[in-house]
Amino acid sequence: MADKLKLAFYWAASCGGCEMAVLEIHEKILTLAEYADILFWPVAIDAKYKDVEAMPDKHIDVCLYNGAVRTSEAEHIAKLLRQKSKVLVAYGSCAIEGGIPALANMSNREGVFKRAYGNEYSTDNPQYVTPQTKTKVKEGELELPEFYDTVYTLADVVDVDYFIPGCPPVPEQTWAVLELIIEGKPLPPKGSYIGCGDKTVCDECPRKKNVKKITKFHRIYEVEHDPEICFLEQGIFCAGPATRSGCDARCLRANMPCRGCYGAAEGVIDQGAKMLSALASVIDSNDPEEVKKIISELPDTIGYFYRFSLSHSLMKRVKIPEEKKVAS
Amino acid sequence: MTFEPKIVGFLCNWCSYTGADLAGTARMKYPPNVRVIRVMCSGRVDPTFVLKALESGADGVLICGCHPGDCHYQEGNYKAMRRYLLLERLLADFGIEPERVKLEWVSASEGERYAQVVKEFTEQIRELGPFVSPMKAMASK
Repeated sequence: MADKLKLAFYWAASCGGCEMAVLEIHEKILTLAEYADILFWPVAIDAKYKDVEAMPDKHIDVCLYNGAVRTSEAEHIAKLLRQKSKVLVAYGSCAIEGGIPALANMSNREGVFKRAYGNEYSTDNPQYVTPQTKTKVKEGELELPEFYDTVYTLADVVDVDYFIPGCPPVPEQTWAVLELIIEGKPLPPKGSYIGCGDKTVCDECPRKKNVKKITKFHRIYEVEHDPEICFLEQGIFCAGPATRSGCDARCLRANMPCRGCYGAAEGVIDQGAKMLSALASVIDSNDPEEVKKIISELPDTIGYFYRFSLSHSLMKRVKIPEEKKVAS
Repeated sequence: MTFEPKIVGFLCNWCSYTGADLAGTARMKYPPNVRVIRVMCSGRVDPTFVLKALESGADGVLICGCHPGDCHYQEGNYKAMRRYLLLERLLADFGIEPERVKLEWVSASEGERYAQVVKEFTEQIRELGPFVSPMKAMASK
């Protein structure tokens, strides 16, 4: 059993969907267990951080790290797993480009705390108690990881070997990569995106595409759309033109526009800027005032263009005005 | 030290670059703050270029193209205009002054206009002050 492959999985700032995505390979998980030992997987097995710390360097063959880095704990474990793994893979949107948690980069720690722990919605917290890194109790001092102002990607804090995009990565693609690893086949060059395509979602989308001319944007619930025709042509925002292929356009096949989870296409550094570019060019007006009116109907820019990729964009975050920083 | 704005200018090959050239050959005086990059069409200016320029240390970005109706490629400048208007909104949502980016139409014969545009825009950026990216602003908090 000594030459069994050694795997590890970790989750940081994520929803747990990537863990499900690994399990979504169904009975193949048994095949995986035949060939590999899973040494560390907080969601499924009882191994502690100290067990990882006790491993010799490069002990783990492949580590799939999902989730963004938003706390000192996530950063610490990222560094630890980097040290202990031969191959470190950023698995899923959050690890690669921040994912949904990165939308918190439109605010900061204070803003997030206020929303989560303040007296908003269902929270009753009259003294506004928020997590502290150090708390003194009778028994001694308790410690919590530090919560950062900005959500980072895995590659922001450590060297990453491969990227498997998706929110979550689709099971066929996950298995294809695991199979490659199990069979010991040569892996692509370091830094590659694997388990995905290098074109855009439009390339895999089965909908009919004609000339796009938008005079009004609609949200999907506002109109009865034609399930055969390109969403964008019908004025419904679809991130397909600026999103990497590899998911087989499954949202579109299920009658939902693309949300952009596979991130920027090959060679693109800023998914949102590309989406903006694609969207603006299909607006059917040459009159600045009319164009302004049409774009003012878009409910959100950052949320649409950078839904999954804010941490991996050029700006990475929103600038918080001075006065807002002081106010609590 | 006084602040000298660093401005990246994307000028279309057919009108604005020639216009800027005319300003030069006619020996017009205007601020030297714009670093000019010639592109084939203002429609070639990907919003990524603008964000990248700002992120790399530019304080402002100037995009110049042919007047509406005069585009060498029929409608490249209209695309530029639509992207610019949407980019203005995106910049504001990022907490960045949209005034840091400007789109102007300058024809091949408008050397004087180019000099004027550069003069006004340089002053506008000088007033706004150095651009501090959102990440840098957060780090210096």
